[in-house]
Amino acid sequence: MAGTDKRIQVARRVAQELKNGEVVNLGIGLPTLVANYLPQGIAIILHSENGFLGIGAEPECGKEDKDLVNAGGKSVSILPNGSCFDSAMSFAIIRGGHVDVTVLGALEVDEKGNLANWMVPGKKVTGMGGAMDLVTGARKVIIAMEHVNKDGSPKIVKECTMPLTAKGEVDLIVTDMAVIAVQSDGLHLLEISEGTTIEEVLSSTGARLILPKKNFPI
Amino acid sequence: MVKICTAKEAVETISEGMSIMIGGFLNVGAPENLIQALVEKGVKNLTIISNDTGFAGKGIGKLQDHKQVAKVYTSYVGGHPAYGQCMDSGEVEVVLVPQGTLAEQIRAAGAGLGGVLTPTGVGTIAAQGKQEVVIHDKTYLMELALSADVAFIKAHQADTSGNLVYRRCARNFNPIMATAAKIVIAEVEEFVPVGAIDPDQVITPGIFVDFIVKGDIEYGRNG
Repeated sequence: MAGTDKRIQVARRVAQELKNGEVVNLGIGLPTLVANYLPQGIAIILHSENGFLGIGAEPECGKEDKDLVNAGGKSVSILPNGSCFDSAMSFAIIRGGHVDVTVLGALEVDEKGNLANWMVPGKKVTGMGGAMDLVTGARKVIIAMEHVNKDGSPKIVKECTMPLTAKGEVDLIVTDMAVIAVQSDGLHLLEISEGTTIEEVLSSTGARLILPKKNFPI
Repeated sequence: MVKICTAKEAVETISEGMSIMIGGFLNVGAPENLIQALVEKGVKNLTIISNDTGFAGKGIGKLQDHKQVAKVYTSYVGGHPAYGQCMDSGEVEVVLVPQGTLAEQIRAAGAGLGGVLTPTGVGTIAAQGKQEVVIHDKTYLMELALSADVAFIKAHQADTSGNLVYRRCARNFNPIMATAAKIVIAEVEEFVPVGAIDPDQVITPGIFVDFIVKGDIEYGRNG
């Protein structure tokens, strides 16, 4: 499967996790795509950590508002029921548990739900931005990513080796190969994607996966 | 009492080695005319407190281009290519702070608090050297208040009493920083007479603002 198709597949699957009326913060990149694949009848409220609720569609060319961008700096619009606030309020919303779900990418996720997604040792440091607050504060943390790195090495590992974004906060991992829930006893394999075998998932995962007792849906 | 002046006059208050808070998020809501005046004044060895360090050749990034920065407290340096190198060489001291923590440290200073307790960063390198406090079985980091000599903020409108309103997400760190510095200089897009802003709509009360500058040049997002 081509890279773009894999990303769309992941975004589509994550979108099925969202419930009507939830307040959701989508990270930059693949997570942003999730908004395009919401099931019919599901409306969510998107939070942007630079200070507003109610992110709308990308404006037409020439209709951009210089004061309206998402947290990645991309021009967006605001819905008629949106609201604007300062950064302290924005992060009060995040840390205070008022964001139902955040969807983010990962460099590594481990068996204990630890997440590393902001810094690769030895590579250029960019800073954590709002990621640490989001992962710590959101009620549910969903990781949306390709199952393995470009070189085929696993991103789901026994223990993160890179600097952590937050400790024990990840709830669900959605990849192009599988859906995995993080629970107190470890990683539970919930689903595998069409055309993928359990053996392929196990060999592409660097952590122990707890398999369901019965056959499970693909 | 608020004073209306030019950007050049406003930066006369700035001298070598001062700490300056600068509003803006990826250059949206950044006081670009004030930054440009500071570049022209050429003062160095500054400590900058800002959400991010902007982009090369634009907004707050210009201060790094002209090597005016000695230390920066920020959540993100990824937009400016020079920062990686400057951090490695020790030319600029970069203190990376989670964005929500930075906002609360500034808010705390403006609100007369010594600091805040936040769960963000527990178990990460952001916790290094910080005191941990356990309350009801949950661990928090003690993050101290952060103030500055000067704040450069950007607002949409000001009345002549210094009351400010902001537009959309150009608000970001600006209203918080307006509370946390000894001298507050606001760049605005528009002046309106007293009474034109309904008291219910004021975001930053004029008592926080010392100088107001009309931003003559509209740099736009890519300025």
